[in-house]
Amino acid sequence: MAHSVAAKSRAIRRRETMVAYLFLLPALAVFACFVITPMVMGFVTSFTNSHLGGSEFVGFDNYIRLFQDPKFLRSAWNTIFIVLIAVPAVTAFSLWVSTAIYRMHATVRSFFRCVFYLPVVTGSVAVVVVWKWMFNTYNGLFNHVGTSMGLLEKGIDWLGNSTTAIWCILIILFTTSIGQPIVLYVAALGNVDQSLVEAAEVDGATNHQTFWKIKWPSIMPTTLYIVVITTINSFQCFALIQLLTSGGPNYHTSTVMYLLYETAFKTYQYGYADAMGVILALVIALFSALQFKVMKGGTTE
Amino acid sequence: MKINKKSPYFMVCVVLLIVLAILFMFPLYWIITGSVKEKSDILLKAGEAIQWWPRAATSVNYEKLFNMQVTWELFGSSFRLPAAIKWLYNSVFISVMAMLLTCVTASLAGYVLAKKNFYGKAIIFGLFVCAMALPKQVILIPLVTLAKTLGLSESAWSVIFPVVGWPFGVFLMKQFSETIPTSLLEAARIDGAGELRTFWDVVVPIIKPGIGALAIFTFINAWNEYPLQLVMLHKTEVKTIALGIAGLQAEMSTDYGLIMAGAALGAIPIIVVFLVFQKYFTQGITMGAVKG
Repeated sequence: MAHSVAAKSRAIRRRETMVAYLFLLPALAVFACFVITPMVMGFVTSFTNSHLGGSEFVGFDNYIRLFQDPKFLRSAWNTIFIVLIAVPAVTAFSLWVSTAIYRMHATVRSFFRCVFYLPVVTGSVAVVVVWKWMFNTYNGLFNHVGTSMGLLEKGIDWLGNSTTAIWCILIILFTTSIGQPIVLYVAALGNVDQSLVEAAEVDGATNHQTFWKIKWPSIMPTTLYIVVITTINSFQCFALIQLLTSGGPNYHTSTVMYLLYETAFKTYQYGYADAMGVILALVIALFSALQFKVMKGGTTE
Repeated sequence: MKINKKSPYFMVCVVLLIVLAILFMFPLYWIITGSVKEKSDILLKAGEAIQWWPRAATSVNYEKLFNMQVTWELFGSSFRLPAAIKWLYNSVFISVMAMLLTCVTASLAGYVLAKKNFYGKAIIFGLFVCAMALPKQVILIPLVTLAKTLGLSESAWSVIFPVVGWPFGVFLMKQFSETIPTSLLEAARIDGAGELRTFWDVVVPIIKPGIGALAIFTFINAWNEYPLQLVMLHKTEVKTIALGIAGLQAEMSTDYGLIMAGAALGAIPIIVVFLVFQKYFTQGITMGAVKG
Protein backbone atom coordinates (compact mmCIF):
# COMPACT_ATOMS: atom_id res chain seq x y z
CA MET A 1 0.00 0.00 0.00
CA ALA A 2 2.64 2.51 1.14
CA HIS A 3 4.76 1.43 -1.76
CA SER A 4 2.08 2.28 -4.31
CA VAL A 5 1.46 5.69 -2.69
CA ALA A 6 5.14 6.50 -3.02
CA ALA A 7 5.14 5.30 -6.62
CA LYS A 8 2.09 7.41 -7.32
CA SER A 9 3.62 10.56 -5.84
CA ARG A 10 6.77 9.93 -7.87
CA ALA A 11 4.64 9.62 -10.98
CA ILE A 12 2.94 12.92 -10.13
CA ARG A 13 6.30 14.61 -9.63
CA ARG A 14 7.52 13.26 -12.95
CA ARG A 15 4.43 14.60 -14.64
CA GLU A 16 4.86 17.98 -12.92
CA THR A 17 8.47 18.07 -14.10
CA MET A 18 7.43 17.41 -17.67
CA VAL A 19 4.78 20.12 -17.58
CA ALA A 20 7.16 22.54 -15.89
CA TYR A 21 9.81 22.08 -18.59
CA LEU A 22 7.24 22.58 -21.33
CA PHE A 23 6.28 25.88 -19.73
CA LEU A 24 9.92 26.81 -19.20
CA LEU A 25 11.01 25.83 -22.69
CA PRO A 26 10.50 29.14 -24.55
CA ALA A 27 12.20 31.24 -21.85
CA LEU A 28 15.01 28.72 -21.39
CA ALA A 29 15.64 28.40 -25.11
CA VAL A 30 16.07 32.15 -25.65
CA PHE A 31 18.05 32.49 -22.41
CA ALA A 32 20.41 29.63 -23.32
CA CYS A 33 20.89 30.85 -26.86
CA PHE A 34 21.23 34.61 -26.33
CA VAL A 35 22.64 34.91 -22.81
CA ILE A 36 24.48 31.73 -21.79
CA THR A 37 25.97 30.92 -25.20
CA PRO A 38 27.51 34.39 -25.73
CA MET A 39 28.84 34.33 -22.16
CA VAL A 40 30.64 31.05 -22.84
CA MET A 41 31.78 32.25 -26.27
CA GLY A 42 33.21 35.44 -24.76
CA PHE A 43 35.05 33.52 -22.10
CA VAL A 44 36.58 31.08 -24.60
CA THR A 45 37.50 33.83 -27.07
CA SER A 46 39.33 35.76 -24.36
CA PHE A 47 42.07 33.08 -24.51
CA THR A 48 42.59 33.56 -28.25
CA ASN A 49 43.94 36.35 -30.43
CA SER A 50 40.69 36.37 -32.41
CA HIS A 51 40.64 39.18 -34.98
CA LEU A 52 39.23 39.75 -38.46
CA GLY A 53 41.78 37.41 -40.07
CA GLY A 54 41.42 34.42 -37.78
CA SER A 55 41.94 33.09 -34.32
CA GLU A 56 44.65 31.23 -32.43
CA PHE A 57 44.86 30.02 -28.85
CA VAL A 58 47.19 32.29 -26.86
CA GLY A 59 46.52 31.24 -23.26
CA PHE A 60 46.66 34.07 -20.75
CA ASP A 61 48.48 36.47 -23.10
CA ASN A 62 45.53 38.85 -23.38
CA TYR A 63 45.21 39.08 -19.62
CA ILE A 64 48.93 39.72 -19.17
CA ARG A 65 48.85 42.35 -21.90
CA LEU A 66 45.88 44.09 -20.24
CA PHE A 67 47.78 44.90 -17.09
CA GLN A 68 50.64 46.40 -19.10
CA ASP A 69 48.38 48.45 -21.33
CA PRO A 70 48.30 52.13 -20.23
CA LYS A 71 44.97 52.67 -22.05
CA PHE A 72 43.39 49.83 -20.10
CA LEU A 73 44.85 50.96 -16.79
CA ARG A 74 43.64 54.50 -17.34
CA SER A 75 40.18 53.24 -18.35
CA ALA A 76 40.06 50.97 -15.31
CA TRP A 77 40.94 53.90 -13.05
CA ASN A 78 38.29 56.09 -14.71
CA THR A 79 35.71 53.34 -14.23
CA ILE A 80 36.57 53.03 -10.54
CA PHE A 81 36.50 56.81 -10.17
CA ILE A 82 33.04 56.97 -11.76
CA VAL A 83 31.75 54.19 -9.48
CA LEU A 84 33.26 55.80 -6.37
CA ILE A 85 31.64 59.18 -7.09
CA ALA A 86 28.35 58.08 -8.66
CA VAL A 87 27.26 55.38 -6.20
CA PRO A 88 27.36 57.45 -2.98
CA ALA A 89 25.99 60.53 -4.76
CA VAL A 90 23.08 58.67 -6.34
CA THR A 91 22.23 56.76 -3.15
CA ALA A 92 22.37 59.78 -0.85
CA PHE A 93 20.55 62.10 -3.20
CA SER A 94 17.75 59.65 -3.99
CA LEU A 95 17.31 58.96 -0.27
CA TRP A 96 17.02 62.68 0.42
CA VAL A 97 14.49 63.24 -2.38
CA SER A 98 12.46 60.21 -1.26
CA THR A 99 12.30 61.24 2.39
CA ALA A 100 11.18 64.69 1.26
CA ILE A 101 8.44 63.49 -1.10
CA TYR A 102 7.06 60.23 0.31
CA ARG A 103 4.70 61.91 2.78
CA MET A 104 3.42 64.44 0.29
CA HIS A 105 0.05 64.27 -1.42
CA ALA A 106 -0.07 61.32 -3.86
CA THR A 107 -0.31 63.57 -6.92
CA VAL A 108 2.63 65.74 -5.89
CA ARG A 109 4.65 62.65 -5.04
CA SER A 110 4.02 61.02 -8.37
CA PHE A 111 4.81 64.32 -10.14
CA PHE A 112 8.28 64.47 -8.56
CA ARG A 113 8.86 60.76 -9.12
CA CYS A 114 8.06 61.23 -12.82
CA VAL A 115 10.28 64.28 -13.18
CA PHE A 116 13.31 62.50 -11.73
CA TYR A 117 12.57 59.47 -13.89
CA LEU A 118 12.27 61.55 -17.06
CA PRO A 119 15.96 61.41 -18.11
CA VAL A 120 15.90 57.59 -17.88
CA VAL A 121 12.84 57.32 -20.10
CA THR A 122 14.05 59.93 -22.57
CA GLY A 123 16.91 57.59 -23.40
CA SER A 124 20.63 58.15 -23.30
CA VAL A 125 20.92 59.32 -26.91
CA ALA A 126 18.39 62.15 -26.73
CA VAL A 127 19.71 63.17 -23.32
CA VAL A 128 23.32 63.20 -24.47
CA VAL A 129 22.77 65.17 -27.68
CA VAL A 130 21.13 68.02 -25.80
CA TRP A 131 23.79 68.03 -23.05
CA LYS A 132 26.49 67.99 -25.70
CA TRP A 133 24.96 71.11 -27.17
CA MET A 134 24.75 72.78 -23.75
CA PHE A 135 28.41 71.93 -23.09
CA ASN A 136 29.58 73.23 -26.49
CA THR A 137 32.36 75.80 -26.27
CA TYR A 138 30.93 78.27 -28.79
CA ASN A 139 27.19 77.65 -28.96
CA GLY A 140 26.58 76.07 -25.58
CA LEU A 141 24.33 77.38 -22.88
CA PHE A 142 26.79 77.00 -20.02
CA ASN A 143 29.54 79.12 -21.52
CA HIS A 144 27.06 81.72 -22.70
CA VAL A 145 25.37 82.07 -19.32
CA GLY A 146 28.72 81.84 -17.52
CA THR A 147 30.40 84.58 -19.51
CA SER A 148 27.39 86.91 -19.63
CA MET A 149 27.02 86.64 -15.84
CA GLY A 150 30.73 87.26 -15.42
CA LEU A 151 31.37 83.85 -13.80
CA LEU A 152 33.70 82.78 -16.61
CA GLU A 153 36.28 84.97 -18.20
CA LYS A 154 36.01 83.12 -21.48
CA GLY A 155 34.32 79.97 -22.70
CA ILE A 156 35.62 76.63 -21.39
CA ASP A 157 36.06 73.59 -23.61
CA TRP A 158 34.12 71.44 -21.14
CA LEU A 159 34.38 68.18 -23.08
CA GLY A 160 37.86 68.71 -24.49
CA ASN A 161 39.53 69.34 -21.17
CA SER A 162 40.75 66.28 -19.25
CA THR A 163 39.67 67.60 -15.83
CA THR A 164 36.19 68.84 -16.74
CA ALA A 165 35.21 66.13 -19.23
CA ILE A 166 34.86 63.36 -16.66
CA TRP A 167 32.68 65.59 -14.47
CA CYS A 168 30.42 66.33 -17.44
CA ILE A 169 29.95 62.58 -17.82
CA LEU A 170 29.32 62.19 -14.10
CA ILE A 171 26.61 64.87 -14.15
CA ILE A 172 24.74 63.19 -16.99
CA LEU A 173 25.22 59.76 -15.44
CA PHE A 174 23.81 61.15 -12.20
CA THR A 175 20.68 62.59 -13.81
CA THR A 176 20.02 59.33 -15.65
CA SER A 177 20.63 57.14 -12.58
CA ILE A 178 18.48 58.50 -9.77
CA GLY A 179 15.04 57.70 -11.19
CA GLN A 180 14.92 54.05 -10.22
CA PRO A 181 16.39 54.49 -6.70
CA ILE A 182 13.78 57.14 -5.93
CA VAL A 183 10.93 54.84 -6.97
CA LEU A 184 12.40 52.08 -4.79
CA TYR A 185 13.01 54.30 -1.76
CA VAL A 186 9.55 55.88 -1.90
CA ALA A 187 8.01 52.39 -1.92
CA ALA A 188 10.28 51.18 0.90
CA LEU A 189 9.58 54.22 3.09
CA GLY A 190 5.86 53.68 2.57
CA ASN A 191 6.26 50.12 3.87
CA VAL A 192 7.99 51.04 7.12
CA ASP A 193 5.95 49.73 10.07
CA GLN A 194 3.90 52.76 11.14
CA SER A 195 3.20 51.41 14.64
CA LEU A 196 6.92 51.51 15.41
CA VAL A 197 7.19 55.07 14.17
CA GLU A 198 4.15 56.14 16.19
CA ALA A 199 5.40 54.40 19.31
CA ALA A 200 8.70 56.22 18.99
CA GLU A 201 6.92 59.54 18.61
CA VAL A 202 4.79 58.91 21.67
CA ASP A 203 8.02 58.31 23.54
CA GLY A 204 9.17 61.74 22.40
CA ALA A 205 11.68 60.76 19.71
CA THR A 206 12.72 63.56 17.37
CA ASN A 207 12.31 63.27 13.60
CA HIS A 208 16.02 62.77 13.38
CA GLN A 209 15.93 59.87 15.85
CA THR A 210 12.92 58.13 14.25
CA PHE A 211 14.67 58.31 10.91
CA TRP A 212 18.03 56.87 11.92
CA LYS A 213 16.79 54.41 14.56
CA ILE A 214 13.66 53.04 12.87
CA LYS A 215 13.30 53.93 9.21
CA TRP A 216 16.96 53.66 8.16
CA PRO A 217 17.36 50.08 9.48
CA SER A 218 14.09 48.95 7.93
CA ILE A 219 14.95 50.32 4.48
CA MET A 220 18.44 48.78 4.64
CA PRO A 221 17.68 45.95 2.14
CA THR A 222 16.46 48.57 -0.35
CA THR A 223 19.58 50.65 0.19
CA LEU A 224 21.78 47.65 -0.52
CA TYR A 225 19.78 46.75 -3.61
CA ILE A 226 20.16 50.34 -4.85
CA VAL A 227 23.90 50.27 -4.16
CA VAL A 228 24.21 47.04 -6.15
CA ILE A 229 22.24 48.17 -9.20
CA THR A 230 23.88 51.60 -9.26
CA THR A 231 27.31 50.00 -9.03
CA ILE A 232 26.57 47.56 -11.85
CA ASN A 233 25.22 50.40 -14.02
CA SER A 234 28.14 52.72 -13.27
CA PHE A 235 30.66 49.96 -14.00
CA GLN A 236 29.00 49.54 -17.39
CA CYS A 237 28.94 53.27 -18.19
CA PHE A 238 29.36 53.31 -21.95
CA ALA A 239 26.63 54.97 -24.06
CA LEU A 240 27.22 58.39 -22.50
CA ILE A 241 30.93 58.21 -23.23
CA GLN A 242 30.61 56.86 -26.74
CA LEU A 243 28.19 59.67 -27.61
CA LEU A 244 29.73 62.51 -25.64
CA THR A 245 33.53 62.27 -25.76
CA SER A 246 34.47 58.98 -27.47
CA GLY A 247 36.72 58.42 -24.48
CA GLY A 248 38.71 61.58 -25.12
CA PRO A 249 40.64 63.68 -24.58
CA ASN A 250 43.42 61.11 -24.78
CA TYR A 251 41.47 58.35 -22.95
CA HIS A 252 40.79 60.59 -19.96
CA THR A 253 37.08 59.69 -20.06
CA SER A 254 37.46 56.16 -21.39
CA THR A 255 35.98 53.39 -19.23
CA VAL A 256 36.64 49.65 -19.46
CA MET A 257 33.32 49.19 -21.25
CA TYR A 258 34.14 51.96 -23.72
CA LEU A 259 37.64 50.63 -24.37
CA LEU A 260 36.12 47.17 -24.88
CA TYR A 261 33.80 48.60 -27.53
CA GLU A 262 36.61 50.50 -29.22
CA THR A 263 38.96 47.50 -29.19
CA ALA A 264 36.33 45.17 -30.62
CA PHE A 265 34.50 47.38 -33.09
CA LYS A 266 37.15 49.89 -34.17
CA THR A 267 40.35 47.85 -34.14
CA TYR A 268 38.69 44.39 -34.34
CA GLN A 269 40.80 42.71 -31.64
CA TYR A 270 37.97 40.50 -30.41
CA GLY A 271 40.07 38.25 -28.19
CA TYR A 272 41.70 41.14 -26.40
CA ALA A 273 38.34 42.92 -25.96
CA ASP A 274 36.73 39.75 -24.61
CA ALA A 275 39.47 39.52 -22.00
CA MET A 276 38.43 43.02 -20.82
CA GLY A 277 34.86 41.79 -20.72
CA VAL A 278 35.80 38.82 -18.56
CA ILE A 279 37.70 41.04 -16.12
CA LEU A 280 34.81 43.50 -15.96
CA ALA A 281 32.29 40.69 -15.43
CA LEU A 282 34.44 39.15 -12.69
CA VAL A 283 34.79 42.44 -10.84
CA ILE A 284 31.06 43.14 -11.07
CA ALA A 285 30.13 39.58 -10.10
CA LEU A 286 32.48 39.73 -7.13
CA PHE A 287 30.99 43.01 -6.05
CA SER A 288 27.38 41.78 -6.48
CA ALA A 289 28.15 38.61 -4.52
CA LEU A 290 29.67 40.67 -1.75
CA GLN A 291 26.63 42.93 -1.63
CA PHE A 292 24.21 40.00 -1.61
CA LYS A 293 26.15 38.48 1.24
CA VAL A 294 26.05 41.70 3.24
CA MET A 295 22.37 42.02 2.39
CA LYS A 296 21.56 38.50 3.61
CA GLY A 297 23.53 39.14 6.79
CA GLY A 298 21.64 42.40 7.29
CA THR A 299 18.18 40.92 6.95
CA THR A 300 18.65 37.82 9.11
CA GLU A 301 19.83 39.90 12.05
CA MET B 1 3.96 60.67 11.52
CA LYS B 2 3.12 64.30 12.16
CA ILE B 3 4.27 66.50 9.34
CA ASN B 4 5.05 69.97 10.37
CA LYS B 5 4.31 71.69 7.10
CA LYS B 6 5.38 75.06 8.45
CA SER B 7 8.80 73.96 9.67
CA PRO B 8 11.67 75.81 7.99
CA TYR B 9 13.34 72.52 7.05
CA PHE B 10 10.25 71.40 5.17
CA MET B 11 10.03 74.72 3.33
CA VAL B 12 13.69 74.54 2.31
CA CYS B 13 13.13 71.00 1.03
CA VAL B 14 10.14 72.04 -1.04
CA VAL B 15 11.98 74.98 -2.60
CA LEU B 16 15.02 72.80 -3.37
CA LEU B 17 12.83 70.10 -4.87
CA ILE B 18 11.10 72.58 -7.16
CA VAL B 19 14.44 73.99 -8.34
CA LEU B 20 15.75 70.48 -8.97
CA ALA B 21 12.58 69.48 -10.80
CA ILE B 22 13.04 72.44 -13.13
CA LEU B 23 16.69 71.51 -13.72
CA PHE B 24 15.72 67.90 -14.49
CA MET B 25 13.05 68.95 -16.96
CA PHE B 26 15.25 71.54 -18.62
CA PRO B 27 17.11 69.26 -21.09
CA LEU B 28 13.78 68.02 -22.43
CA TYR B 29 12.54 71.61 -22.67
CA TRP B 30 15.72 72.56 -24.52
CA ILE B 31 15.25 69.66 -26.97
CA ILE B 32 11.67 70.60 -27.78
CA THR B 33 12.21 74.36 -28.04
CA GLY B 34 15.49 73.81 -29.89
CA SER B 35 13.70 71.73 -32.48
CA VAL B 36 11.41 74.62 -33.44
CA LYS B 37 14.01 77.40 -33.33
CA GLU B 38 15.47 79.24 -36.30
CA LYS B 39 19.20 78.89 -36.83
CA SER B 40 19.74 82.50 -35.70
CA ASP B 41 18.15 81.69 -32.33
CA ILE B 42 20.21 78.56 -31.89
CA LEU B 43 23.71 79.82 -32.53
CA LEU B 44 24.49 81.99 -29.55
CA LYS B 45 26.68 85.00 -30.11
CA ALA B 46 28.72 86.59 -27.35
CA GLY B 47 26.98 89.58 -25.84
CA GLU B 48 23.59 88.60 -27.21
CA ALA B 49 20.79 87.47 -24.97
CA ILE B 50 19.85 83.79 -25.02
CA GLN B 51 16.57 82.92 -26.68
CA TRP B 52 15.04 80.96 -23.81
CA TRP B 53 11.85 80.79 -25.79
CA PRO B 54 11.75 80.47 -29.62
CA ARG B 55 10.97 83.90 -31.10
CA ALA B 56 8.82 82.33 -33.79
CA ALA B 57 8.21 78.59 -33.99
CA THR B 58 9.48 77.14 -37.24
CA SER B 59 9.04 73.74 -38.82
CA VAL B 60 12.21 74.10 -40.90
CA ASN B 61 14.19 71.59 -38.79
CA TYR B 62 11.51 68.95 -39.10
CA GLU B 63 11.22 69.56 -42.83
CA LYS B 64 14.94 69.01 -43.19
CA LEU B 65 14.71 65.84 -41.09
CA PHE B 66 11.89 64.41 -43.19
CA ASN B 67 13.68 65.29 -46.42
CA MET B 68 16.21 62.54 -45.73
CA GLN B 69 14.60 59.53 -47.34
CA VAL B 70 15.17 55.79 -47.45
CA THR B 71 13.77 53.01 -49.58
CA TRP B 72 11.59 50.49 -47.82
CA GLU B 73 11.13 47.07 -49.38
CA LEU B 74 7.81 45.68 -48.28
CA PHE B 75 5.98 42.68 -49.73
CA GLY B 76 8.03 42.78 -52.90
CA SER B 77 7.36 46.42 -53.69
CA SER B 78 9.62 49.26 -52.65
CA PHE B 79 8.76 52.83 -51.84
CA ARG B 80 10.47 55.95 -50.52
CA LEU B 81 9.71 57.41 -47.15
CA PRO B 82 11.42 59.74 -44.66
CA ALA B 83 14.26 57.94 -42.86
CA ALA B 84 13.06 59.25 -39.49
CA ILE B 85 9.67 57.57 -39.94
CA LYS B 86 11.36 54.26 -40.81
CA TRP B 87 13.58 54.60 -37.73
CA LEU B 88 10.53 55.21 -35.55
CA TYR B 89 8.82 52.20 -37.10
CA ASN B 90 11.92 50.07 -36.42
CA SER B 91 12.02 51.18 -32.79
CA VAL B 92 8.32 50.44 -32.36
CA PHE B 93 8.68 47.03 -34.04
CA ILE B 94 11.63 46.04 -31.83
CA SER B 95 9.96 47.25 -28.64
CA VAL B 96 6.58 45.67 -29.36
CA MET B 97 8.06 42.30 -30.36
CA ALA B 98 10.42 42.25 -27.38
CA MET B 99 7.49 43.15 -25.13
CA LEU B 100 5.12 40.46 -26.47
CA LEU B 101 7.72 37.68 -26.46
CA THR B 102 9.01 38.60 -23.01
CA CYS B 103 5.52 38.64 -21.54
CA VAL B 104 4.68 35.19 -22.93
CA THR B 105 7.97 33.46 -22.09
CA ALA B 106 8.43 35.12 -18.69
CA SER B 107 4.91 34.57 -17.39
CA LEU B 108 4.98 30.87 -18.35
CA ALA B 109 8.41 30.39 -16.77
CA GLY B 110 7.75 32.57 -13.73
CA TYR B 111 4.54 30.69 -12.94
CA VAL B 112 6.12 27.22 -12.89
CA LEU B 113 9.15 28.47 -10.96
CA ALA B 114 6.85 29.86 -8.29
CA LYS B 115 4.15 27.19 -8.16
CA LYS B 116 5.49 23.83 -9.35
CA ASN B 117 7.84 21.36 -7.79
CA PHE B 118 10.07 19.71 -10.32
CA TYR B 119 13.52 18.21 -10.76
CA GLY B 120 16.21 20.80 -11.50
CA LYS B 121 14.17 23.79 -10.33
CA ALA B 122 16.86 25.11 -8.00
CA ILE B 123 19.56 24.86 -10.67
CA ILE B 124 17.49 26.65 -13.30
CA PHE B 125 16.41 29.41 -10.98
CA GLY B 126 20.00 29.77 -9.76
CA LEU B 127 21.20 30.16 -13.35
CA PHE B 128 18.65 32.91 -13.99
CA VAL B 129 19.65 34.79 -10.84
CA CYS B 130 23.40 34.48 -11.52
CA ALA B 131 23.01 35.73 -15.08
CA MET B 132 21.11 38.73 -13.77
CA ALA B 133 23.97 39.76 -11.51
CA LEU B 134 26.35 39.83 -14.47
CA PRO B 135 26.72 42.89 -16.66
CA LYS B 136 24.77 42.43 -19.87
CA GLN B 137 27.01 44.64 -21.96
CA VAL B 138 30.05 42.36 -21.74
CA ILE B 139 28.33 39.86 -24.03
CA LEU B 140 27.99 42.40 -26.85
CA ILE B 141 30.94 41.09 -28.90
CA PRO B 142 29.99 37.40 -28.82
CA LEU B 143 26.39 38.41 -29.52
CA VAL B 144 27.49 40.03 -32.78
CA THR B 145 29.32 36.84 -33.81
CA LEU B 146 26.32 34.78 -32.78
CA ALA B 147 23.91 36.96 -34.77
CA LYS B 148 26.12 36.53 -37.85
CA THR B 149 26.16 32.74 -37.40
CA LEU B 150 22.38 32.64 -37.07
CA GLY B 151 21.92 34.85 -40.13
CA LEU B 152 20.43 37.69 -38.07
CA SER B 153 22.93 40.39 -39.11
CA GLU B 154 21.29 43.79 -39.64
CA SER B 155 17.98 42.31 -38.54
CA ALA B 156 15.68 43.64 -35.83
CA TRP B 157 15.62 40.15 -34.32
CA SER B 158 19.30 40.42 -33.39
CA VAL B 159 18.22 43.12 -30.93
CA ILE B 160 14.91 41.56 -29.91
CA PHE B 161 16.13 38.11 -28.81
CA PRO B 162 18.86 39.25 -26.39
CA VAL B 163 16.31 41.56 -24.72
CA VAL B 164 13.80 38.68 -24.44
CA GLY B 165 16.47 36.33 -23.10
CA TRP B 166 17.42 38.63 -20.24
CA PRO B 167 16.10 36.88 -17.10
CA PHE B 168 14.71 39.93 -15.29
CA GLY B 169 11.23 39.20 -16.66
CA VAL B 170 11.25 35.61 -15.42
CA PHE B 171 12.33 36.87 -12.04
CA LEU B 172 9.62 39.54 -11.92
CA MET B 173 6.87 37.13 -12.97
CA LYS B 174 8.00 34.61 -10.37
CA GLN B 175 7.52 37.31 -7.72
CA PHE B 176 4.00 38.03 -8.97
CA SER B 177 3.12 34.34 -9.29
CA GLU B 178 3.97 33.72 -5.64
CA THR B 179 0.72 35.52 -4.80
CA ILE B 180 -1.46 32.93 -6.60
CA PRO B 181 -3.35 30.93 -3.95
CA THR B 182 -2.39 27.24 -4.32
CA SER B 183 -5.97 26.28 -3.38
CA LEU B 184 -7.24 27.95 -6.57
CA LEU B 185 -4.84 25.89 -8.68
CA GLU B 186 -5.96 22.70 -6.92
CA ALA B 187 -9.63 23.59 -7.40
CA ALA B 188 -9.00 24.02 -11.12
CA ARG B 189 -7.28 20.63 -11.25
CA ILE B 190 -10.13 18.92 -9.41
CA ASP B 191 -12.54 20.50 -11.90
CA GLY B 192 -10.54 18.70 -14.57
CA ALA B 193 -8.89 21.73 -16.16
CA GLY B 194 -5.70 20.96 -18.12
CA GLU B 195 -2.42 22.72 -17.42
CA LEU B 196 -2.74 25.27 -20.22
CA ARG B 197 -6.36 25.95 -19.35
CA THR B 198 -5.46 26.48 -15.69
CA PHE B 199 -2.71 28.86 -16.76
CA TRP B 200 -4.97 30.86 -19.04
CA ASP B 201 -8.14 30.95 -16.88
CA VAL B 202 -6.71 31.02 -13.35
CA VAL B 203 -3.11 32.20 -13.41
CA VAL B 204 -3.19 34.92 -16.08
CA PRO B 205 -6.08 36.92 -14.53
CA ILE B 206 -4.23 36.98 -11.19
CA ILE B 207 -0.83 38.01 -12.55
CA LYS B 208 -2.28 40.52 -15.02
CA PRO B 209 -0.91 43.57 -13.14
CA GLY B 210 2.50 41.87 -13.23
CA ILE B 211 2.25 41.29 -16.96
CA GLY B 212 1.29 44.95 -17.38
CA ALA B 213 4.33 46.04 -15.39
CA LEU B 214 6.64 43.75 -17.34
CA ALA B 215 5.17 44.85 -20.67
CA ILE B 216 5.79 48.54 -20.11
CA PHE B 217 9.17 47.89 -18.51
CA THR B 218 10.37 45.78 -21.45
CA PHE B 219 8.97 48.22 -24.01
CA ILE B 220 10.92 51.15 -22.58
CA ASN B 221 14.08 49.08 -22.04
CA ALA B 222 14.06 47.74 -25.59
CA TRP B 223 13.44 51.24 -26.96
CA ASN B 224 16.44 52.59 -25.05
CA GLU B 225 18.77 49.58 -25.49
CA TYR B 226 21.25 51.72 -27.39
CA PRO B 227 24.53 49.75 -26.98
CA LEU B 228 22.99 46.58 -28.42
CA GLN B 229 21.42 48.47 -31.31
CA LEU B 230 24.72 50.22 -31.95
CA VAL B 231 26.69 47.02 -32.49
CA MET B 232 23.95 45.15 -34.37
CA LEU B 233 22.32 47.61 -36.77
CA HIS B 234 24.32 49.72 -39.22
CA LYS B 235 22.35 50.15 -42.45
CA THR B 236 20.31 53.36 -42.64
CA GLU B 237 17.04 51.54 -43.25
CA VAL B 238 17.35 49.17 -40.28
CA LYS B 239 18.43 51.81 -37.73
CA THR B 240 16.31 52.64 -34.72
CA ILE B 241 15.41 56.20 -33.83
CA ALA B 242 18.14 56.26 -31.16
CA LEU B 243 20.76 55.23 -33.72
CA GLY B 244 19.30 57.71 -36.17
CA ILE B 245 19.75 60.61 -33.74
CA ALA B 246 23.27 59.46 -32.86
CA GLY B 247 24.05 59.36 -36.59
CA LEU B 248 22.68 62.87 -37.10
CA GLN B 249 24.94 64.11 -34.35
CA ALA B 250 27.98 62.36 -35.80
CA GLU B 251 27.36 63.68 -39.33
CA MET B 252 26.05 67.20 -38.74
CA SER B 253 27.35 68.01 -35.30
CA THR B 254 26.54 71.73 -35.41
CA ASP B 255 23.09 71.64 -36.96
CA TYR B 256 21.52 71.64 -33.52
CA GLY B 257 18.02 72.40 -34.78
CA LEU B 258 18.01 69.26 -36.91
CA ILE B 259 19.53 67.10 -34.14
CA MET B 260 16.96 68.39 -31.62
CA ALA B 261 14.15 67.65 -34.08
CA GLY B 262 15.39 64.06 -34.22
CA ALA B 263 15.79 63.90 -30.44
CA ALA B 264 12.25 65.24 -29.93
CA LEU B 265 10.88 62.68 -32.36
CA GLY B 266 12.63 59.91 -30.46
CA ALA B 267 11.90 61.12 -26.94
CA ILE B 268 8.28 62.25 -27.09
CA PRO B 269 6.63 58.90 -28.04
CA ILE B 270 8.43 56.99 -25.29
CA ILE B 271 7.67 59.69 -22.71
CA VAL B 272 3.98 59.55 -23.62
CA VAL B 273 4.02 55.74 -23.26
CA PHE B 274 5.70 56.12 -19.88
CA LEU B 275 3.27 58.75 -18.60
CA VAL B 276 0.23 56.73 -19.67
CA PHE B 277 1.42 53.49 -18.06
CA GLN B 278 3.57 54.88 -15.25
CA LYS B 279 1.50 53.24 -12.51
CA TYR B 280 2.36 49.77 -13.85
CA PHE B 281 5.92 50.81 -14.44
CA THR B 282 6.50 51.88 -10.85
CA GLN B 283 5.00 48.59 -9.69
CA GLY B 284 7.38 46.63 -11.91
CA ILE B 285 10.45 48.36 -10.53
CA THR B 286 9.43 47.82 -6.91
CA MET B 287 8.33 44.20 -7.35
CA GLY B 288 11.57 43.31 -9.10
CA ALA B 289 13.52 44.56 -6.10
CA VAL B 290 11.92 42.79 -3.15
CA LYS B 291 13.90 39.80 -1.99
CA GLY B 292 17.14 39.98 -3.95
